[in-house]
Amino acid sequence: MTIPSDLPAWVAILTSVLVLLGAGLTLIGVIGLLRLKTFYARVHAPTLGTTLGIGCVLLASMLYFSAVESRPVLHEILIAIFVTITTPISLMLLVSAALRRDWTEGDPSVPRPPDLPSGDETP
Amino acid sequence: MTRFFPYPFLSAFLLGMWLLLNQSLSPGHVLLGCIVGIAGSLAISTLQIPTGRVHRPLAMLRLAFIVLFDIIRSNIAVTRIILSPSRTAQSGFLSVNLDLRNEYALAILACMLTSTPGTVWVNFDSRKGVLLLHVLDLVDEQTWIDLIKTRYERLLMEIFE
Repeated sequence: MTIPSDLPAWVAILTSVLVLLGAGLTLIGVIGLLRLKTFYARVHAPTLGTTLGIGCVLLASMLYFSAVESRPVLHEILIAIFVTITTPISLMLLVSAALRRDWTEGDPSVPRPPDLPSGDETP
Repeated sequence: MTRFFPYPFLSAFLLGMWLLLNQSLSPGHVLLGCIVGIAGSLAISTLQIPTGRVHRPLAMLRLAFIVLFDIIRSNIAVTRIILSPSRTAQSGFLSVNLDLRNEYALAILACMLTSTPGTVWVNFDSRKGVLLLHVLDLVDEQTWIDLIKTRYERLLMEIFE
């Protein structure tokens, strides 16, 4: 990819800062995934990358391509919307699966399941 | 009207998505986007999902800004927890009694809490209205309960109920 020479300096600086910030936050999230101890604590770490991390990268992309093509480029908003909708759902599914497993195994560190009548598994 | 627009929000969203994807506001794409919007919401209407009603759109906007602010704030907090080598986070489960019953409001609350770093929606007992959360930095339980009850739940109840 070639960078046009007439790109204003403030766009170049702001874009690099935003990209580095987003990538840094995602990296911290990955480190957290590695460092935190329990499964439930680990679920928290990737959300750094999927909220502010991706937000910064998308802002940088919008800024850079709007400057290069000298028209507003906004379709990155769609990525933000779909990531915001889908990530919590997959995280909730993972946590629910872990919780059901721990309930069946009788793990004492997990809160007891609500008393359900006759094994009715309504969530 | 309701025959062609069973879900007006979904139709408007699909139209917006179509225009953004094609990066164009030409009449042809507006027309195609309208067709996509109407066809999409008609297809969804065969699932017979109950429609929700937003009573206060401005409160919705306020909620969006509150959530954005909280996400930035908790990003910083979680970054601090992960990067400080000495500090071991006191993570744990937290039960909150919710008065909220609207399904759409609960879904939005679930997405909000889970996408905010530091809190994950674990389980909701719909009979008793007890929400089970996992919190990464559970130092003071009452602060978290107050945050959810006064900051999110009250606004969501204003919007949906």
